[in-house]
Formats: sequence, C-alpha cells, structure tokens
Amino acid sequence: MTLTSLAFYLFASVSVASAFMVIASRNPVYSVLFLILTFFNAAGLFVLLGAEFLALILVVVYVGAVAVLFLFVVMMLDIDFAELNEGFLQYMPIGATVGLILLLELLLVFGASSTLVDKGQLPSATPEGMTNAEALGRVLYTDYIFLFQTAGAILLVAMIGAIVLTLVKSNNPKRQDIAKQNARTREDAVELVDIKPGEGI
Amino acid sequence: MIGLTHYLTLAAILFTIGVFGIFLNRKNVIIILMSIELMLLAVNINLVAFSAYLGDLVGQVFALLVLTVAAGEAAIGLAILVVYFRNRGGIAIEDVSQMKG
Repeated sequence: MTLTSLAFYLFASVSVASAFMVIASRNPVYSVLFLILTFFNAAGLFVLLGAEFLALILVVVYVGAVAVLFLFVVMMLDIDFAELNEGFLQYMPIGATVGLILLLELLLVFGASSTLVDKGQLPSATPEGMTNAEALGRVLYTDYIFLFQTAGAILLVAMIGAIVLTLVKSNNPKRQDIAKQNARTREDAVELVDIKPGEGI
Repeated sequence: MIGLTHYLTLAAILFTIGVFGIFLNRKNVIIILMSIELMLLAVNINLVAFSAYLGDLVGQVFALLVLTVAAGEAAIGLAILVVYFRNRGGIAIEDVSQMKG
C-alpha cells in the first residue's frame, strides 16, 4: 500500500466518520466542530488530487468563515436543543430507507460510468511547469471571466442581503442634520459669562 | 492504487449522509443547513476528482463557483434564522410556513 492510498483512506474514513457525527451529535456546537474536521479532511483529499489552491480556499472559506458563522449563530441563539431533539428517531426508518436507496443508485451510476474514464494512472490537470493556482487563474480569468464576475455579484448580493436582514433599527439614531447645523447661530450656541477675579461662578 | 471510483464512492457516501441528516434532524434548522453544506462538499469532491482524472481544469473552476454559492447560501440562511429567532423566540421548523413578507 503506497503512501497515497494510505493518506486517501485516512482522510476518507475520518471525513465520513466526522460527517456522520455532524448529523448524529446532540449538541450543535459539536456538530459545527465535526463539520470543521470534515472540511479539513476534504481539503486533504483535494491536495491528493492535485488541487492545492482549492484545498486552501476550502480551509479559508469554510473553516475560517462559514463554520465560524455557524458557531456564532449556534452560541448566539438561546435555544433549548433537548426539546428540538425530541422525536429524533421518529424519522429514522424513512430517512434510512431513502438514504440507502440513494446511495445504491449513486454507487451503481458511478460504478458504471467511471469504468469508462478510470485509466488508473493519475494525470495532472495542471500543465507542466506551472503551479495549480497559476493554471487555475489562467483559465478562470480568460475563458470563465463571466462566471467569475457572476460569483462576485452573488457574494455582493449575499452580503447586502445578510446586512439588510439582520440590521436592527435603533430608536434614537445619531444622524447628521445639515439644515439644523446651518440654522445654528453664534447667539444660541455660545454664552459669554463675565466672571470677576477671585469670586467664581 | 486509488482510482476515480474511490473518490466517487466517498462523495456518494458524504452526499447520502447529508440527505440522511435532513431526514433525521427535521426540527433543527441549523443541522439542516450543515447537512446542505455536506452535500455541497460531496459535489465539490466529485468535481475535483473528475477534474484530476480527466486532466481538465474546468472542474476546479466549477468547484470554486459551487464554493462561492455555498458561502452565500450559508450567510443568507443564518441571517434568516437570526431574524426568525428574533421574531418568534424559537426556531421550530413547523412554524416556518407562517413566515410572510
């Protein structure tokens, strides 16, 4: 067994186990932490596949942003999770049936189709003498520039949407009123008090 | 030797775990959102595996776009969840159908 296969089986088994713990653990905080572990192992698999840039992006975006966002929301909301977990096993039979059927179908399709493309030896998607990030950039900024720009627009819309949704309007916001500022005169803003020496006010 | 089938099988298992999680935690919106993230991750593994084994970089470009959409979806979903909690004092998923406007 080569080092590559060993690494694959390690990453794959840990990611499947932690993905199962994401849906099975009772405490959502543990779920988020297992989600982080799953993403780390998926990043390891991406490195094995020669997609180093995507692996690091996965760690930065998911572990750094999305998982921390989940963690914030889980800890911010004051929810009785024991109550939410009632009837946890009620949907177990139907869920297991649907999941098993789906898994069998997916495996059948993949098994049939991948024999066509499975050539055994792993060719590299990255051209010779080029890093993965450079090769990806050359494709992304030329042939797929429209999709890239659309992705940026999606992120902008998501950002504005999240801000608009969660913005709390305060009762007495401190705002600048230019007409009011210009209407102020020296007479109603400044008062001169004549104080005699040694007496105080 | 690790072939394409290994990666596709792993992605299928992860995707199924995501679907199973939606069925299992039907009352907990947070876990449902995490299950959706798991399913998107499985799709990403498929895209990157095909990209590597077919020697075509386009799969990685698409994986990048899926990643973008997943991040946006998580942000919007959690924002809706926070607003929903603020309005109703709970995240019981049975009442979500009463959301309006």
